[in-house]
Amino acid sequence: MKARYLVPLAIFLVIVGFLAVGLKMDPKRVPSPLIGKPAPHFELSTLYDPAERITPEKLRGKVWLLNVFASWCVSCRAEHQVVSRFVQMGLAPVYGLNYKDEARDAKEWLRELGNPYEAVIVDPEGDTGIDWGVYGVPETFVIDKKGIIRDKVIGPVTEEILENRLVPLVRKLKEEQG
Amino acid sequence: MKARHKRFTFLVVGLVVLAAAAYLVFQALGNNLSYFFSPTEVAEGKAPANHVFRLGGLVEPGSLKREGEGKTVLATFMVTDNQRSVKVRYQGILPDLFAEGQGVIAQGRMGPDGVFVADEVLAKHDENYMPPEVAAALEKAHDEGVAEMAGGNKP
Amino acid sequence: MIPEIGHLALIVALVVALVQGIFPIVGAYKGYASWVAVSKPAARLQFLLLLTSFACLTWSFLQSDFSVLYVAENSNTKLPQIFKFSAVWGAHEGSLLLWALILSAWTAAVTLFGRSLSPLMMARVLGVLGLVATGFLAFLIFTSNPFERLLPAVAEGRDLNPLLQDIGLVMHPPMLYMGYVGFAIPFAFAIAAMLGGRLDAAWARWSRPWTQAAWVFLTLGIALGSWWAYYELGWGGWWFWDPVENASFMPWLAGTALMHSLAVTEKRGAFKAWTVLLAIFTFSLSLLGTFLVRSGVLTSVHAFASDPSRGLFILLFLAVVVGSSLALYAARASKVRSHVRFELVSRETALLLNNVILVVTTVSILLGTLYPLIIDALGAGKISVGPPYFNAVFIPLTIPLAILIGVGTVARWKRDSVANIWAKVRLAFVASLVFGLVFPAVAMAHFSWKAALGMVLAFWVFFTTLRVIRDHARGRGLGGLSLSQWGMALGHIGVAVFIVGITLTSLYSLEEDVRLAPGDHYGLGGYDFHFKGTTSIQGPNYQGARGEVLITRDGEPVTVLYPEKRNYLTGMPMTEAGIDAGLTRDLFVALGEPLGEDGAWAVRIYVKPYVRWIWLGALIMALGGVCSLADKRYRVLARREREALVGGVA
Repeated sequence: MKARYLVPLAIFLVIVGFLAVGLKMDPKRVPSPLIGKPAPHFELSTLYDPAERITPEKLRGKVWLLNVFASWCVSCRAEHQVVSRFVQMGLAPVYGLNYKDEARDAKEWLRELGNPYEAVIVDPEGDTGIDWGVYGVPETFVIDKKGIIRDKVIGPVTEEILENRLVPLVRKLKEEQG
Repeated sequence: MKARHKRFTFLVVGLVVLAAAAYLVFQALGNNLSYFFSPTEVAEGKAPANHVFRLGGLVEPGSLKREGEGKTVLATFMVTDNQRSVKVRYQGILPDLFAEGQGVIAQGRMGPDGVFVADEVLAKHDENYMPPEVAAALEKAHDEGVAEMAGGNKP
Repeated sequence: MIPEIGHLALIVALVVALVQGIFPIVGAYKGYASWVAVSKPAARLQFLLLLTSFACLTWSFLQSDFSVLYVAENSNTKLPQIFKFSAVWGAHEGSLLLWALILSAWTAAVTLFGRSLSPLMMARVLGVLGLVATGFLAFLIFTSNPFERLLPAVAEGRDLNPLLQDIGLVMHPPMLYMGYVGFAIPFAFAIAAMLGGRLDAAWARWSRPWTQAAWVFLTLGIALGSWWAYYELGWGGWWFWDPVENASFMPWLAGTALMHSLAVTEKRGAFKAWTVLLAIFTFSLSLLGTFLVRSGVLTSVHAFASDPSRGLFILLFLAVVVGSSLALYAARASKVRSHVRFELVSRETALLLNNVILVVTTVSILLGTLYPLIIDALGAGKISVGPPYFNAVFIPLTIPLAILIGVGTVARWKRDSVANIWAKVRLAFVASLVFGLVFPAVAMAHFSWKAALGMVLAFWVFFTTLRVIRDHARGRGLGGLSLSQWGMALGHIGVAVFIVGITLTSLYSLEEDVRLAPGDHYGLGGYDFHFKGTTSIQGPNYQGARGEVLITRDGEPVTVLYPEKRNYLTGMPMTEAGIDAGLTRDLFVALGEPLGEDGAWAVRIYVKPYVRWIWLGALIMALGGVCSLADKRYRVLARREREALVGGVA
């Protein structure tokens, strides 16, 4: 065996090394610093009843989802059907966070597509969105019985994410002690 | 021609080709790389003043304005990482999936008036896709913002 | 039920692939005839199983069975029937199934057309292909099962990505995969030959037609993709140097080098070790391309839903396949060094240089594609390498390549002289200088030195190829040329046409984004574009606006274009450009977005000279490949060899 015939193998191994490192730091999956931390506080009114105030503290003791949406957001339309299907399963309530939106537009949007949400929380200025580290709409958070954020889906929830990620997680969280 | 000479000539020709290619590659890499900066980094003056770079973040809702006169198509909008914002000017048609509140990457350079002049605007290509650089920049800005707020609350 | 049958067929196919991979190779090594005999039936059975599996998935799509997750994600009852069919390979899982099906189809083809192969060689080739198939099927079943159920079923599917609802994209992936996967055959031949220790001209002759066939498909696949991007993405570009495009272009370049190197190995017995390495390199690039597309390590406009666990699997697979092949190469290559002599001035040298340049080009593209990843892995920041890098590297490297085509095709094998070559190309040289300089001055809007350079090169390739045709035809007429000689000539003429297209389109395109209100006129490149306004339209699964643009030249009507802006059910907008195609120019109009209340739109208007020639060139190249594939030489030699083999046994 001559050394020079080993050169291609050596070069290849270096490339594989870089690919492996690149894979480990997969750019598309940015772990949110909020996962594992308590859900940031907010106290906001709802879309249909301005007198009703919702806070994460009030939802302690149950597993719930927060779905950030807006009527101006194209992909929210795409995920709407999937979110509705999740609600129909009856596993956990989904609260909508209407982000930087006009109340009139949001109501029109929900009237057209149907309203799957337990309640729609209104965040017209996007302050709560900033506290929650929202950077693109839609986003979906899963909060456990202790009020800890356990997962965050960036972008629209697809059937695949729903089946393979959210449903198993919610089932697991429901069995945990409150 | 002797075998030794022939071998030598082949070797020289091969090396010349390789050297030329290596020169081309490094020359081209040096001139055509563009680094990514977030609006916060731009506001802090970290972005180069006279080199092309990419600016990424979210299009601030309500910030898109059409400023073209006559037949020119000119748009301005703010790109934000939820901490700082940078104004962007772009002449031309924005991509199909460009939308307020959504992720965007603009390539271009800073103008003298502090407005980023883009030659190219990339929005995500389908609804599943958030440019990863944008995601990372936003996460970072968010972390720093939280840290600042925590610091500010101290007596 | 049907999806379960498909799933089951897939699992059985995995088992069969494992059998096909292990028994023949071990059998050939140990000399167990019965183990060797397993290879052919296993390969054919595997093809039938995967065909069944694929048919089941297709059936689920045609029936809109939304209890299958993959169907629910990528189809919709309102989707037109033809796109339900093509939606089968519209996303990750289905396109991998297509990948596996095509690999098994190529393998089955080897069992049918490779009768001249010795049984041991055949067993080894099928064994290697079986191992590759095992890896892919395991990947498919364990990480990307297309038959996964969605219970309860949804009432309506999410719809196919509108970008893929187009006839160009119906054909693009199958063609591309035929090419990608087809390079598995020369790879398997190379590995089998190294395993058997027999690397000779016969091995090169077996590999050549398979390599050419794969290359033809890849050429057509890339051309289709580029054509599709041009009319469907709505900004009139035809090549973006996107990582996914590079992933298909790199195997093409390496495959082109392989074709030429195989020619030398077959005819002269030279470059053996190099040819083997190229066969490995080409298929490795196909696998690397799959890795890059599927793992999401690189950002790309072709954002397939990606998943790191899938990436890890493919990376491991890549490491095992390529790593073991290169290790085998290190162990065996020194034994196959060719001792064939040729002089410095000879066709061998020209082809060697052609190979070196093609490989160097491939490596530079690979470097540019992986560079952001490397920098990121080293923690040195997030960068992107844009199209200017690739243009700056690719264009200067193609210039010597074009010159070499002219020299190499007229040079003699083994030894030639500079004086002799010069005598043959002198006329072509002068003619190409004259035509190349005159053409941009006369036929184009203004003279440009870059255009002149491109045209000189194109005419040079064209005239030297004509010279070769004339030499071959001397005394026998044009009918005297063998099909493989026509193949080479057409392949090179395709290159000339392609160079014309690229040069003139990149240098003379006129592109404007303008605001047009109904009734507005805009003049560009001697044409007058009259925007009449838009009307709303309603499609099966979209709604949108259709513009009407009347184009005239010197007052004479040229055409009316109807560009569209569609909004699909998924909420995704799409631009359908209006294009008037012509041999010497395309007129391209696309709607941007509505501006203001008066019905005005941002409209994109392009005049692109000679853009068709890019795809025409690719088509002619592919035709050349088909011609040389059809050459009866392969069949005659194959028969002769079989007879020799039988005679030898008797």
